[in-house]
Amino acid sequence: MELLVFGVFALLAVLSAIVVVSHGNPVYSVMSLVLTLVSLAVLFVLLGAPFLAALLVLVYTGAILVLFLFVLMLLNVGRESAGAESRVMKGVVGVGAVAFAAIVASLSVSLGGVDLAPLTPELVAVKPLARALFSTYLLPFEIVGVLLLAAVIAATVLARRPERPTEGSRS
Amino acid sequence: MSLPFETVPVHWYLVLAAVLFAIGTVGALTRRNGITIFLSIELMLSSVNLTLVAYSRQFLGVAGADALTGQLTVFFVLAVAAAEAAVGLALFIALFRNRRTIDIDRINLMRW
Repeated sequence: MELLVFGVFALLAVLSAIVVVSHGNPVYSVMSLVLTLVSLAVLFVLLGAPFLAALLVLVYTGAILVLFLFVLMLLNVGRESAGAESRVMKGVVGVGAVAFAAIVASLSVSLGGVDLAPLTPELVAVKPLARALFSTYLLPFEIVGVLLLAAVIAATVLARRPERPTEGSRS
Repeated sequence: MSLPFETVPVHWYLVLAAVLFAIGTVGALTRRNGITIFLSIELMLSSVNLTLVAYSRQFLGVAGADALTGQLTVFFVLAVAAAEAAVGLALFIALFRNRRTIDIDRINLMRW
């Protein structure tokens, strides 16, 4: 049963990831990335991290990818132009990526085979996660808050309409 | 109440994460639309998150092991990814306003 769920959603994740990087229209790429992330969220639940799965769906697909879609609609960019770089380049990148995946996969398989403890409600509870976040990881948590604030300010400044150039000087 | 069916081995998740990371790398290196490159980078980040959660699963339920570190790292990666997306998209808006394109082949102002 768990094997079946894993197989279906792993396949879905890989196929939609291929669509993300290969589709010419970026709106379709965003939509398939939503599919990839939802499949990854299901796998997170299988791995005993339901809180992170909910966070992935809420934050990534609910906020970040909607922001991507919003910017895409705002800029109204169409399909990308015909390829300027050579097919050799794409081939080299493809072969390198396949080699990378094969090496990491074979390493993972050779390391694998650890017996897993069965999941219980106590193991997947949110409470210990929250306790660790607000005690051991309190400083990183606060730093991330400051980082998000800085990012919001930076994004506002960058995306703001530039001021009118004064007396012939271009900004 | 333990789940009645047998569990999927952790290294299968690692293999899946490696495949997703490779796909994201190909996208980031071969596409020319800036936003698609950005999406590929998000894909790579998510595959790393899957690796972290898979490794933390190995230590769930092991006495004395700290399984939550991996999950909390994913939490911080999500937060930083949100900040990065906000700044990156603002950069693309500023670029588009000045150059009328986000095709990275035509944004070569800083190329020597």
